[in-house]
Amino acid sequence: MDEILTMRGIGKRFPGVVALDGVDFTLRAGEVHALLGENGAGKSTLIKLLTGVYDIDAGEIRLDGVPVRFTGPGQAQAAGISTVYQEVNLCPNLSVAENIMIGREPRRFGKISWSKVRQHAGALVARLDLSVDVTAPLSSYSIAVQQMIAIARAVDVSAKVLILDEPTSSLDASEVQQLFALMRRLRDDGVAIVFVSHFLDQVYEIADRITVLRNGGLVGEWAVADLPQLALVEKMIGKELSALERLEEQGRPSVAALERGAPLVAADGVGRAGSITPFDLTIHKGEVVGLAGLLGSGRTEVARLLFGADRADSGTIQIDGKPVAMRGPGTAMTHGMAFCSENRRTEGLVEELTVRENIILALQARRGWSRPLSRRRQDELVSKYIKALDIRPADPDRPVRNLSGGNQQKVLLARWLITEPRLLIIDEPTRGIDVGAKTEIQKLVAELSDGGMAVLFISAELEEVLRLSHKIAVLRERRLVEVLENDDAVDQDRIMATIAGGNP
Amino acid sequence: MIDVGTPGTATAVARVPLSKKRPQKRHIPVLATAALFGLMYLVGVVSYPGFSDTQILLNIFIDNAFLLVVAVGMTFVILTGGIDLSVGAVVALTTMISAVLLRENWPAGAVLPLVLLVGTLLGLAMGCIIHFFEVPPFIATLAGMFLARGLCFVISDASIPITNSTWTGIADVRIWFGGFRITISVVIALVVLLIGAFVLAYTRFGRNVYALGGNQQSAMLMGLPVARTRVAVYTISGFCSALGGVLVSFYMSSGNSLHAQGMELDAIAAVVIGGTVLAGGSGYVFGTVLGVLVLGVIQTLITYADLNSWWTRIFIGALLFAFILLQRVVNRRT
Repeated sequence: MDEILTMRGIGKRFPGVVALDGVDFTLRAGEVHALLGENGAGKSTLIKLLTGVYDIDAGEIRLDGVPVRFTGPGQAQAAGISTVYQEVNLCPNLSVAENIMIGREPRRFGKISWSKVRQHAGALVARLDLSVDVTAPLSSYSIAVQQMIAIARAVDVSAKVLILDEPTSSLDASEVQQLFALMRRLRDDGVAIVFVSHFLDQVYEIADRITVLRNGGLVGEWAVADLPQLALVEKMIGKELSALERLEEQGRPSVAALERGAPLVAADGVGRAGSITPFDLTIHKGEVVGLAGLLGSGRTEVARLLFGADRADSGTIQIDGKPVAMRGPGTAMTHGMAFCSENRRTEGLVEELTVRENIILALQARRGWSRPLSRRRQDELVSKYIKALDIRPADPDRPVRNLSGGNQQKVLLARWLITEPRLLIIDEPTRGIDVGAKTEIQKLVAELSDGGMAVLFISAELEEVLRLSHKIAVLRERRLVEVLENDDAVDQDRIMATIAGGNP
Repeated sequence: MIDVGTPGTATAVARVPLSKKRPQKRHIPVLATAALFGLMYLVGVVSYPGFSDTQILLNIFIDNAFLLVVAVGMTFVILTGGIDLSVGAVVALTTMISAVLLRENWPAGAVLPLVLLVGTLLGLAMGCIIHFFEVPPFIATLAGMFLARGLCFVISDASIPITNSTWTGIADVRIWFGGFRITISVVIALVVLLIGAFVLAYTRFGRNVYALGGNQQSAMLMGLPVARTRVAVYTISGFCSALGGVLVSFYMSSGNSLHAQGMELDAIAAVVIGGTVLAGGSGYVFGTVLGVLVLGVIQTLITYADLNSWWTRIFIGALLFAFILLQRVVNRRT
């Protein structure tokens, strides 16, 4: 096959971070090439370099053998590289034909010729075998069809290289098949397609070739047939030995001992359409339950349903053995639940406020505005937790924005800890923070559970989940597939096998 | 219907869906306004002798020509999902500048382009502030409103009569046809209207306006000139306000800082009642015409019924509310 696009020794730095280093990527005409890697592996950076959103710092991009350099999305498009993103980037209020043709409408003396617009768009969708009325408004079609119309626009603008970034994440199974039919058709026409997805089963169904990235570096390129699914997951996660100190395992109670009493929280058939398939899960006092799975497998969705941040459309949640109607996070909070979000910047901390104000926020919210905490009580509580969590610098009046990631995470934890929750849900508490802070947070979680707090612990790092959890719930493709007791028989391989699916 | 990937269905592409026989969703608000206008006109004809005189209808155009021009500009802005609160103040400022300069014996041929330029530049400035400094349109045009209205009072807090012969000459022209008459202002308003409708329906710029109102992020990623389009709609609105101001000065034969008080709200009401969605992306200039006509018929009916003119406001308020609810209902049925 012809190599249509080659990237050699690609490097990209951002202030303080090496996003990509020495990555090679080769794309051939008429293939579907899956680009895989965990969150932060560098997939989106690579795509942004390819589409001209960023400029490369090192290396060379060749298109049809000619070195190219893009400084904007327009240039990449003009050179024949089009991208269709996860969210449909079209205008729902315009007709299908107009969405395909806007900005390129055929004109006569400056007047748009609508008949030609419709003709051209109609011919295009017919050629792609889409049965769509081009005069209907885009919003009258499902997301899946809108996505295919976006693809039609992309290949019409320029048809050499098509990048599909998570195109299937909001489609159901039959819609995915429609999309794949279209992809195969384009592939057979000689279009080179880059397919980014975290649904591995889909990768094996549609892709011809796989490139895996990890931590900004290239792991390798394989033909799909040469790389079994389990091996792929290993390549993606990497079995690197961690430099972290081992947590003492002294006298941690067994699951059997912990689960003697009634569960603190029991979810029975709780689910939400399009978000997560109904699941059962129990969490007892003093128990750490880990959620493992690839990014997008539904980890956060489980947490959000339990906390009432999303409304479940099936099942019941019992707290202390009594069914509770979850009306929202307020209900969860009155029952002693706390939720540290994974997006600490957008959903957790208020960056302009000081450390003290951020820590007090949840407690004050629970008390209500009519019962303000006295300044003395605030200072007491805040200094206690700054000391307990070793938040640095230990200055309660510093804006949170100026703290490092690890310390920001601790501030967020402190906020929930002063409300003295019975169940603490923490989503990716150690992402993007340094090794030292990571260990401290892990220790803290272990101590809290020893003290009787129930913890739901979500992390992309299997090692961490294994070390802390009494029980591990494994998620795959928005389904809770297995709950494992974390005994000596369970190791990373066992969990990876479950994550990869099919062959445990 | 959506049958992708099965060979042989390609021939079915041109098939018209069943829903085509009913009016399209986006036309419903305009049709509702047209029906409302028809109904109110009928009520007038049945209740009051003389209401059926065609001149009554033409008088609505004569009395609202300036509102029509301002509302066409407002339609562009609202279609992008923005708002322009400065229009009434720019109208007043235009009347003031015209009156003062004409009093100083400037030639009308110089005053006219100058005031149009002032309004256009004000709109351009607000558009730039809104786009490049990411100031919400509400705030930026509110500031523009205070600025323009304030400038009026700096010029003079008294009413300045316009006696320039060219100006009053144009204002007094009556175009007669078949026993009916209209003013030059009506002709100007209709021309603006036709140009506005053509631009929106048949030029790339016009379609970009709709795309911007549909989804700004998408418009950018599709490679459309978002900045240029956004700044242009406020510039157009500024120009239309200035032109509206000129028509007001024809109509009133004076410049006054208190002219066009609250006209921005009448213009917004006309646009919304005419079926343009406040969130942007859907609507027509001809809907706006119907909106202005509805407001005009209400005024006329209330004059005929000898009610206090504040009843006009109450009716407009109630209608606005009803039409915003209608937009909600129509959009929710998606």
